[in-house]
Amino acid sequence: MDRNRLHNQVASMRRSLFDQLEELQDDTNPNFVQEVVTLFYNDSTRLIQNIEQALNSRPIDFCKLDDYMHQFKGSSSSIGAKKVTNECTAFREYCNAENAEGCIRSFQQVKQEHAILKRKLEVYLQTVRQASQTA
Amino acid sequence: MTMEEKMGGSNREDEALDRFPVGMRVLAVDDDPICLKVLGTLLLKCQYQVTTTNQAISALKMLRENRNRYDLVISDVNMPDMDGFKLLELVGLEMDLPVIMLSAHSDTKLVMKGITHGACDYLLKPVRIEELKNIWQHVVRRKKPDSKDRVNALNQDKASGGIGEAVQTSTSSSDQKFNKKRKDQNEDEEDDGEDNEHENDDPSTQKKPRVVWSVELHRKFVAAVNHLGLDKAVPKKILDLMNVEGLTRENVASHLQKYRLYLKRLSSVATQQANMVAALGGKDPSYLRMGSLDGFGDFRTLTGSGRLSSATLSSYQPSGMFGRLNSSAALNLRGISSGVIQQGHPQTLSNSINGLGKIQPVGLPANQNQNGTLFQGIPTSIELNQLLQNKSANHFGELNPVNNPNVFGVATNFPDARMTVGSSSSSLSTPSGSPLLLQANTQQAQRSGAFGNQSSLDVASLNQESFDMGVHGFSNFVDNGRCHENWQNTVQLSSFPSNSLSTCEAFSHEQLHTNNLQESISWRSSHLNDNPIDLSASMANAGLEDSRGDMQCQISPSNNVIHNIDYAAKQQWGENSSFAGVDSLVAGAPYVQHLEAGKLAFNTKLRSNEDILFEQRKPQNEFSQNNFETLDVISSPMIKPEQYNETGMMEGELGYDAFPLGSCI
Repeated sequence: MDRNRLHNQVASMRRSLFDQLEELQDDTNPNFVQEVVTLFYNDSTRLIQNIEQALNSRPIDFCKLDDYMHQFKGSSSSIGAKKVTNECTAFREYCNAENAEGCIRSFQQVKQEHAILKRKLEVYLQTVRQASQTA
Repeated sequence: MTMEEKMGGSNREDEALDRFPVGMRVLAVDDDPICLKVLGTLLLKCQYQVTTTNQAISALKMLRENRNRYDLVISDVNMPDMDGFKLLELVGLEMDLPVIMLSAHSDTKLVMKGITHGACDYLLKPVRIEELKNIWQHVVRRKKPDSKDRVNALNQDKASGGIGEAVQTSTSSSDQKFNKKRKDQNEDEEDDGEDNEHENDDPSTQKKPRVVWSVELHRKFVAAVNHLGLDKAVPKKILDLMNVEGLTRENVASHLQKYRLYLKRLSSVATQQANMVAALGGKDPSYLRMGSLDGFGDFRTLTGSGRLSSATLSSYQPSGMFGRLNSSAALNLRGISSGVIQQGHPQTLSNSINGLGKIQPVGLPANQNQNGTLFQGIPTSIELNQLLQNKSANHFGELNPVNNPNVFGVATNFPDARMTVGSSSSSLSTPSGSPLLLQANTQQAQRSGAFGNQSSLDVASLNQESFDMGVHGFSNFVDNGRCHENWQNTVQLSSFPSNSLSTCEAFSHEQLHTNNLQESISWRSSHLNDNPIDLSASMANAGLEDSRGDMQCQISPSNNVIHNIDYAAKQQWGENSSFAGVDSLVAGAPYVQHLEAGKLAFNTKLRSNEDILFEQRKPQNEFSQNNFETLDVISSPMIKPEQYNETGMMEGELGYDAFPLGSCI
């Protein structure tokens, strides 16, 4: 019924969002996906802020920017956020070329994709919470 | 590692191996919590035992606490508290565990860096479970020879009641490689003692308690070295600074050698070297796992055949350079004595390095008539030792007593690095007969000290086979890791043709270029009949400053060898070895002249007998050193000590492992 529906919803969302992560969740690790998602949610927000700060400072420290982006790319790829990862790669190229303009533009893209992802994640987490409550 | 440890380790390993790869213990390090979590879960899914940490420092701590608790380390490249590559090196150096690098970037440069720093694999994020399912192969790859050796060692140890602990770096936590080497050595030693096939009476007669370079000890060591300054760090002073009871100068010397190699690797001047090292197997210090010391054993047999199957040698894969070198070196030694350094197994070579210790029986003994000669040469080498870096000389001194006084003399010389064929002063402790091997390139002079130790060990074994000693010495060198590089070169020599000379040549050709291979070749010549191998040739090489230690062992009983070597050397050494020296060696006396003053004199001296010139060229890069190490050993006996006053030449820089050959044989 309602619970089932929610559960189903959660499951399908999970499937669509994270294929690999889904696999990793099992009996021994029941809340794996949820944990990871939560982690990513928080961590990426922090990272985005750091990057933004670095971009706004003058002169731009490309090294640090690269580091942040490297980490961000790593974590987003680990949870399977493909679009975000792609944008990160593009950003990194601009960063390597030390193209400030390009970096800023690219970063906008990253932020956008990330925002979309965050929304989806929020919905997912909410649904999970609901499902666990009803369960 | 003490036997107990080994055993314990083995047990543990055995257990783990039973269900392997299930239950493999992995330590994952990544500062990104998401990646860490995902990685950890993936690993769990592969049925490994996982420990995760997001700090490199705590990872190191955990590893240091108990190295045996983990089989594999996976580490991210970008970490805030410590560079991933640095961690990689440290783990490799101290614990000798396989390390896999992880990164979101796939820059070729980064991957290359990972390899040169010793990573056994490089994965990209996001990590896929399929890739993780196969990482256990790296553990097996490293463990295999080790376990075997370990088992053997254990058996042997039990049998022989403990191997004379080589100074070599701690077997336990420190470089696994070292351990292996040591083990090999021990095994060798043990074998020697036990097996008659080894011909030599094992070098283990000189057994010393094995020193385990624990983290604490290593820290003290590093602190002492830093305090003194790397250039000025000599084993004696380090020893004093460390103020550790029961630690001998030899222990420090050999460890220093390894350490130097490790640092060299870090700075990695020669790309080639780096490449080689990387190829070898990454371990930076790559102390060559001598895993197959047995190879040395082969050597022994080789002596009979005296044929260094070049193939084997060549197959010496760089990764095990050290080991290889050893083997080649060992081979050389052996071969030399028996004229035939059988390569036997390239791997053994590598192992041989480890096994250098084992080398003892290197075929030489029985076969060689040279044995006698070798030893004779050794005495001179012993003298040479003195000439050589003093430090190493100490070692040799010990050798002298060895039966093969001749040979060992040389060995001791090596310690100072001359002996090391390659950069490292791995002056192969000339296995009983072949002190020459100890070429410790001058650089390693300090290290050679370490070798020296070895040589001393070998010396004991020398008695019988001069070569054995050399071989032993070799193994010593090998440990130094540095040697391996040389070894490689030497290994090349292995292609020795059946004739003794050829072996020499063979060596020289290939390996020598950089390293001491030449020496190995010389060794071969040494086996030349009973003439005391005048390793002087090699010694002369020591004189070759720039050539670094082209040790040309011209062991030419009939001087034929010399020619061969020359030839070989020349070719091989093209780059490093100043084979030219070899040429001179050939001339015998002339060569001497090349070498720096003292050394040359040696040649002349050597010539007398069949001067086996060991020209050790110091491999320009570290590699050469290794090779020479063995050569050194051989040459040492040859080199007349007196002449060697120039020990300076031998100083590590020369790479000249000019072991006064006498010992080489």
